[in-house]
Amino acid sequence: MSLQIISIILGSLTLASALMVVLSKHPVRSVIYLVITFFFITAMYIMMNAQFLAIVNMIVYAGAIMVLFLFVLMLLNLNKEVEPMNTRGAQLAAFIAGGSLFLVLITALKDTLILGQTYRQQDNNIGLVKELGNLLFSKYIVAFELTSILFIAAMVGAILLAKREKQIIE
Amino acid sequence: MDTALLIEKSILVLLLFLVSLGAAAYMTYFERKLAAWIQDRVGPDRAGPFGILQPIADGVKMFLKEDFIPAKADKWLFIIGPGIAMFTALITSAVIPWGPKLHLFGRDITLQVADINIGILYVFGVISIGVYGIMIGGWASNNKYSLYGAIRASSQMISYELAMGVSAITIVLLSGSLSLNDIVAQQSGVWNIVYQPVAFLIFFICALAELNRAPFDLPECESELVGGYHTEYSSMKLGLYLFAEYTSMFVSSAIMSILFFGGYNFPGMSHFSGNTLAILGIAAFAIKIFLFIFVIMWIRWTIPRFRFDQLMHLGWKSLLPLSLINLLVTGLVIAFKNGWF
Repeated sequence: MSLQIISIILGSLTLASALMVVLSKHPVRSVIYLVITFFFITAMYIMMNAQFLAIVNMIVYAGAIMVLFLFVLMLLNLNKEVEPMNTRGAQLAAFIAGGSLFLVLITALKDTLILGQTYRQQDNNIGLVKELGNLLFSKYIVAFELTSILFIAAMVGAILLAKREKQIIE
Repeated sequence: MDTALLIEKSILVLLLFLVSLGAAAYMTYFERKLAAWIQDRVGPDRAGPFGILQPIADGVKMFLKEDFIPAKADKWLFIIGPGIAMFTALITSAVIPWGPKLHLFGRDITLQVADINIGILYVFGVISIGVYGIMIGGWASNNKYSLYGAIRASSQMISYELAMGVSAITIVLLSGSLSLNDIVAQQSGVWNIVYQPVAFLIFFICALAELNRAPFDLPECESELVGGYHTEYSSMKLGLYLFAEYTSMFVSSAIMSILFFGGYNFPGMSHFSGNTLAILGIAAFAIKIFLFIFVIMWIRWTIPRFRFDQLMHLGWKSLLPLSLINLLVTGLVIAFKNGWF
C-alpha cells in the first residue's frame, strides 16, 4: 500500500517537472527541469528494484546527454529577442506534431496497463545486472549486437561530419 | 526495516558527513603547510600552535564575508550551483566500505551506508552529475570568465570520464562484481594494483582531471580566467565550491584505494579478528587515503598546468586508446585463464 502511495507521489512529481520543461520560458531552466525529470524516473526504476537501469538512466540521460544539451544552450545564450522560430505557423505545427505523438503514445500504452499488473508475480531480481546480462547475451543477443552496430555507424558518421571541413582546407 | 538498523545507519551517515567536512577543512591546512614546505616557506603559523586553528579561522571568515549576487546573474541558479557541487561531493561516500564489520552492543555493524550491488556505477553516476554544479554556477554568474571556466570544466570532465570508466571496467572484469564491498573483499590477498598498474595510472590521471586539480586545473586557472567558474562568487558560496573540491578529493582518494589498493585490507590481517581487525582496517584505509591526498597535493605544487589543447589530446588520443587496449588485454587474459581458447 505504501508502495502505491510513493509511486503516485513520484508519478505526479515526474509529470509536474516534465510539464515545467515545456512551460518554462527559459531554455536553460527547461533543461534543468528535464534533468530533474530524469532523476524522478531513476527513482521509479529503483522502486522496481531495477538498480542497473536506474544508474544507467542517471549516467547516460541525466549525466551525459543533458550536459551536452546544457552546453549547447549556454553557448547559444537564447533569449526572447533572438528567438528564431516563434511564429503562429510554427506554434501550430508544433501543436499538431506533439499532439499526434501523444495520441500514438496513448494508443501504444493502452494495452500495457494490464501487463503492468502482472509484473509483481514475476522475478523480482529481473533488473539486477546479472539477470540483465544473461538476458542480453542469450535471448536478445541479436538485437543487442545490432544496436551496437547502429551506435558505431552513428559514431563514424559524427567523426566524418567533423572531419570533412579539414579535408576541404587541405 | 527495524529501528536499530535505521538508527545505526543514521549515525553512520552523520559521522561520515562530519568526517568528510572535517577532513576537507584540515586538508586546506595540510595543503598550505605542504606548499610552504615545498616552496621553503613557513606557511600558516599564527592561529593556534603551528597554525592548527587556521581552517576554523578561514571558515569563520568565509561566513562573515559579504554575500554578493551580481545584478545580471540568474539569481536562483546562482544560489543552487554551489549547493549542487557540495551535494554531489558528499553523496559519493554512501557506497564506500570504510572497514570490516564492527561488533558493538551485540550487533554486527557494517561500515557502509548502502551496499548496493552496483556501487561502482553509482560512483560514476554521481561523478557524471557533478558537472552540473560548476556548469550552472559558471553560467548563472553572467560573466565571460565564469562561462569559459564552466565550459572548460564540463568538456574536461566529460572527456576524462570515458578513460576513467574504461579503466574501472578492467577492475570489474577482474573481480566479477560491481559492488565495492565485493571488490574490496576480494583483495584480501593480492591488491589489484599488482594486476592492473596501467589501469591505475589512467584512473589516477583521470581522477586529477575530474577533480580539477593541478596540472588540470584549467576551469579555475587564475592567469587566464581570473577565478574561472567561481569568479563572481563570494562568502560561503565560494567556500562551498572550494570545500566541494576538497571533499571530492577525499572521496576520490578513498575510491582509488578501494579499487586498486585493497581498501581496508592490510598485510598480515589474518592475525587479527573482531573489533581489533575492524579498527586496524579503518586505520589502514585512513592511511591509504592520506597518502593519496598527499600525492595529489605534491603533484599540484610540482607540475605546471597543461594547455587546454594538450589536455584534450592527452585525454582522447593517449589515455582513452591506452585504457581500451588495457581492457582488451585483460579480457583476453581472463578468457585464456578460463580456458576459452
